[in-house]
Amino acid sequence: MNRSTIDLWVGIFVALGLGAILFLSLKVGNLLTTTTREGYHVEAAFSNIGGLKLRAPAKAAGVVVGRVEKIRLDPQTYEAIVTFVIDPQYKFSKDTIASINTSGLLGEVYVGLDAGGDSEMIADGGRIAKTQSAVVLEKLISQFLFDKAQQEGGK
Amino acid sequence: MPASVLADGLRRIGAGTRRSIARLGFAARFFVAVLTHSPAGLRRIRLTLREIYFAGVLSLVIILVSGLFVGMVLALQGYDVLQRYGASESLGILVALSLVRELGPVVAGLLFASRAGSAITAEIGLMKATEQLSAMEMMAVDPLARVVAPRFWGGVISMPLLAALFSTLGIFGAYLVGVRLIGIDAGSFWGNMQSVVDFRADIVNGIIKSAVFGLIVSLIAVFEGYDAAPTAEGVSSATTRTVVGSSLAILAADFVLTVFMFRGVGVL
Repeated sequence: MNRSTIDLWVGIFVALGLGAILFLSLKVGNLLTTTTREGYHVEAAFSNIGGLKLRAPAKAAGVVVGRVEKIRLDPQTYEAIVTFVIDPQYKFSKDTIASINTSGLLGEVYVGLDAGGDSEMIADGGRIAKTQSAVVLEKLISQFLFDKAQQEGGK
Repeated sequence: MPASVLADGLRRIGAGTRRSIARLGFAARFFVAVLTHSPAGLRRIRLTLREIYFAGVLSLVIILVSGLFVGMVLALQGYDVLQRYGASESLGILVALSLVRELGPVVAGLLFASRAGSAITAEIGLMKATEQLSAMEMMAVDPLARVVAPRFWGGVISMPLLAALFSTLGIFGAYLVGVRLIGIDAGSFWGNMQSVVDFRADIVNGIIKSAVFGLIVSLIAVFEGYDAAPTAEGVSSATTRTVVGSSLAILAADFVLTVFMFRGVGVL
């Protein structure tokens, strides 16, 4: 095998391999549109976050606008402080409501952002004041059963 | 004599332990020697290009064909389970994540070990058995720089490229079966995949894995060849040790790397 043939094949091989990495990054990993990593940080306090996990999406009107970056417990208030990164092209007003939702019964847990009408926008490092905690199904059921039992007892 | 039988047994265990520790130490020193001789070896880049040709280009057929078939089978089996839960649109996620994170690097690594690693061991072992390595030393040519380093780097460079090609062909195979054959909507196949697969956490980690596997396989292959007993039998058992050893090392390293990578994104 002479030199230039080997060079040609190695060139084809390396080009194919780099092409495959490019394909994986752009077509599979969607590198171009996931710019949510750089963005501004917003905090919100919830009394219960249910099954919220790191890297869960933050959605406004169903559109992914950011991701959950950090979850911690406030030792004074015993509330969960969720920090998420939001794409800088989207601005939210001060009176935005953050709620923890589940898509479908078994679907993924995400943070829903419902924009308000305030003219002031949340800055980097700001906090969303109005929040709505996760609905814990077990609590709902036990409450329902408890109410039912009380009604029966009252008769 | 039960006492002397016991002592013999213990002695055998002791000798075995001592020998394997000494071999491990030799392998570590050999690795450092390969690295320090690499600049001299890489200066003659044509030698490394030749090894990329033998390790990478000639492995293309087996990697591409296996990638395609693994992807197609994964799509069929995944669809069978997912459609029971009405989630057949998630097929793209299942296939892409399993290929990019695990199957791509691991299966490509196993194939690479048996296709290219064994060839490297046999070649270096035979060079040693026919005293070509000693002859080079006589001519003041360093066999580590001339023979070992190019083969080592050829393997290290080829492996991530092969793993990426394996994953790509696998996803293409899944597309053929899922979208063309079964009839899942192409938009949801790609869209769901893109919304879940993360560049840093999935694709970069997959490339890191394949690079580590390339290093492991190449190091074991050149070491076993260099360390082979200079006989026909020695070369054949060294080749077997390369394939078995590097396959086990890939699987063990994969577990360790996966644990660390899951720690990194907060799954564990």
